[in-house]
Amino acid sequence: MQKVAVIGAGQTKFGEHWEKSFRDLMAEAGKKAIEDANISGNDIQAVYGGTMSAGRMIGQEHIGALIADSMGLNPIPSTRVENACASGGTAFREAYMAIAGGHYDIVVAGGVEKMTDVFTSQASLALGGAADQEWEVFFGATFPALYALIARRHMHEYGTTEEQMARVAVKNHHNGSLNPNAQYRRDVTLEQVMSSSKVADPLKLLDCSPITDGAAAVVLASEKIARKYCDDPIWVLGSAQASDTLALHDRESLTTLKSSVIAGREAMKQAGVKPTDINIAEVHDCFTIAEICAVEDLGFVEKGKGGKAEEDGMFDLNSNISVNPSGGLKACGHPVGATGIKQVIEAVEQLRGEAGKRQVDGAETALTHNVGGTGATAVVHIFSKEGN
Amino acid sequence: MKHFGIVGYGAYVPRYRIKVEEIAKIWGKNPEDYKKGLLIREKSVPDVDEDAATIAVSASLNAIEMAGINPQELDAIYVGSESHPYAVKPTGTVVAEAIGATPNLTSADYEFACKAGTAAMQTCLGMVKGGMIKYGLAIGADTSQGRPGDALEYTAAAGGAAYIIGSENVMAEIEETCSFTTDTPDFWRRAGQEYPRHGARFTGEPAYFKHVLSATRMLLEKTGTTIDDYDYVVLHQPNGKFPLRAAKTLGVPKEKITPGLLVPEIGNTYSGASILGLAAVLDEAKEGDRILMTSFGSGAGSDSFSIRVIKKKENKHPVKSYVEKREYLNYGQYAKHRRKIRM
Amino acid sequence: MPHRKSLSLVWRRYPQRYQLIGSKCLTCGTHFFPPRDFCPKCRRKGEIVEQKMKGTGKIHSFTVVRVPQEGFEMEVPYVLAVVELDEGPKLTAQIISVKPDEVSIGMPVKMVFRRISEDGDSGIINYGYKFEKA
Repeated sequence: MQKVAVIGAGQTKFGEHWEKSFRDLMAEAGKKAIEDANISGNDIQAVYGGTMSAGRMIGQEHIGALIADSMGLNPIPSTRVENACASGGTAFREAYMAIAGGHYDIVVAGGVEKMTDVFTSQASLALGGAADQEWEVFFGATFPALYALIARRHMHEYGTTEEQMARVAVKNHHNGSLNPNAQYRRDVTLEQVMSSSKVADPLKLLDCSPITDGAAAVVLASEKIARKYCDDPIWVLGSAQASDTLALHDRESLTTLKSSVIAGREAMKQAGVKPTDINIAEVHDCFTIAEICAVEDLGFVEKGKGGKAEEDGMFDLNSNISVNPSGGLKACGHPVGATGIKQVIEAVEQLRGEAGKRQVDGAETALTHNVGGTGATAVVHIFSKEGN
Repeated sequence: MKHFGIVGYGAYVPRYRIKVEEIAKIWGKNPEDYKKGLLIREKSVPDVDEDAATIAVSASLNAIEMAGINPQELDAIYVGSESHPYAVKPTGTVVAEAIGATPNLTSADYEFACKAGTAAMQTCLGMVKGGMIKYGLAIGADTSQGRPGDALEYTAAAGGAAYIIGSENVMAEIEETCSFTTDTPDFWRRAGQEYPRHGARFTGEPAYFKHVLSATRMLLEKTGTTIDDYDYVVLHQPNGKFPLRAAKTLGVPKEKITPGLLVPEIGNTYSGASILGLAAVLDEAKEGDRILMTSFGSGAGSDSFSIRVIKKKENKHPVKSYVEKREYLNYGQYAKHRRKIRM
Repeated sequence: MPHRKSLSLVWRRYPQRYQLIGSKCLTCGTHFFPPRDFCPKCRRKGEIVEQKMKGTGKIHSFTVVRVPQEGFEMEVPYVLAVVELDEGPKLTAQIISVKPDEVSIGMPVKMVFRRISEDGDSGIINYGYKFEKA
């Protein structure tokens, strides 16, 4: 296997881009990533683009071709990757494997979602496509409702509180306030989260990630190319993906995302690191409870202790492990297909020392964790400044 | 001797209620006028996710439980309603599928205003007697609607009952049945219309009373019986007043009519009305008791039945349990339940 | 929303949604709902037969949905739960005839047959299971 590094990264701002289309967003992110890599477009050999629901959101399929076209990369092969909310992370992994397996030397992994071209109700229905349509959504399940079922059970089993969940929103909003690309660049107080309108008890509006437009892209390269073109390649030390039942109710435990546990363990094994070696982690906090599950499932804290750990500030910026220094999905926004790639970009910027006000001191090892649905897919990557 | 009749029965009334006062308040009426005029206190209201099909299923499952039969033994299902969820597409097939009776059976939907349920019973009885079927399921179920502000709004309610008719393991023999039918335009709903119209006072003498009294007298004559031979009398109950007046005319003492008079507490459940009354009576009747039931459907017709309890069967879901389980709605909630709010 | 409007998509699920018809592995005794025709535990040694669930169970987790899915506006607020059937399988369903603050984890429930959704005023009506307090 070839070693693989990220040599370029670029993203649009995340937010409501009323004036920009799906292809405008993808083109902007792609251009920034390619410029950042300091390569020529002609050097790129393949594209993998993550998008969840272009068909439902903009009525467009055949997204692989559209992405290559918008980035001006024809005629190289371009493929859409869809794994619901983990589409971006999975696209990155496909690109990684294509290089690691020796097939290519320079590949672009992109992610994009244009969600505001439909009414919110339509965007929500599209997001429901990540859950089990026949056995969950048919009976009235919404996405927040499914995570609320996880939250209620977590509260029941471990005594997790609504305040502890709210604390995740407070932390991530604070981090987001330091990120120029975040949708919400403002602090919120615990009281604001607790008093925000109820969406699906116990989840409130400020426990939920918003509807967002955005795109992100990274350039991956083999070791020989990375060393030739790039002064500060960020090495991919581990890449793992796992699947679980599509429906939440089919799982043995509602509160453990087994796919996260398995992908996390496997990625750390490949990288030769332990959870305590991770300095920063971009985890999939589509809802505040999701971050609590993630820090447990990834082994940062014991199962059931995530809520307390959040309350104690264990995952604040520049604490033991800085979790979601970007602001996470919660504050950056969650343009579904772009999220997994944005997580990689945050890891890259942090490890390069280019994260500005939210820079984590001495960050050496970073982890990204991208979840599809309620955990039917999980993708975990580990990054480091040093190749091992 | 072989008996033909009821093998099991089941009732269902939604748990929600609205009081006459709550409706009268909205239209600036004096509630006492309706409470005295119609002898009704409140009416049942279906939940937003209930319709004639779901009510029919609930009542049928109770009937099957009492009958102790395998739903696969049902050879016919007839559902009477004036509020079938579809104008075209049978309610009977939904019921058949939901109770596990498909596919070896016949089914059809009936509509004859408030007497479609008893018409279904007659059909099943005839088929059982003729040897065409082993067991038939006859259902009357409605989620009836009255135009907001109309007098019907105080009574149009929801509920239903289901009867399994057969010749084996019969708990109540149907000794005789007959009908009195004419073309009388007292109440109707034209195709595509949401609410029915009615002839106000015309619904009384030429419609309800003429048909109920004629059918009942016909039955008494046919069976050579008098009111004294019956322990209970159940008459269709569009309100509290009509059945009491008809009973008085027929010389029925009050104690024989009140056990089957549910309308003051649940309203007029249309196709469910007389057969829910019968179910309430069957719940309390003893072996050997005789029951006279006469339904009425606008348009118009009455079916009269002479029924004798021959073997008491326990009802695990008595009518009383449904009548007593109630949760009151205000008019706003009622409007939501009855989908009178346009989204 | 093809899962509400498509005739064949909803029709082929009537046995499960109307009557809780699942399946059971005779080899290991595990019940499946929705039915599986293959036992993941016993693999080739499994013998699967159709099995109707009794329709009783208890609440494993629940939420009160305040922002509904499109088409469920009339039911807001509604309780949605993961119900653990007595036979073992879990499913997602609405809990009805109960006030949200009366619902709790472990509460025994039984199946009832109700309308789930409809395709507007002119399309098909979808029926299926909901649960109420046992």
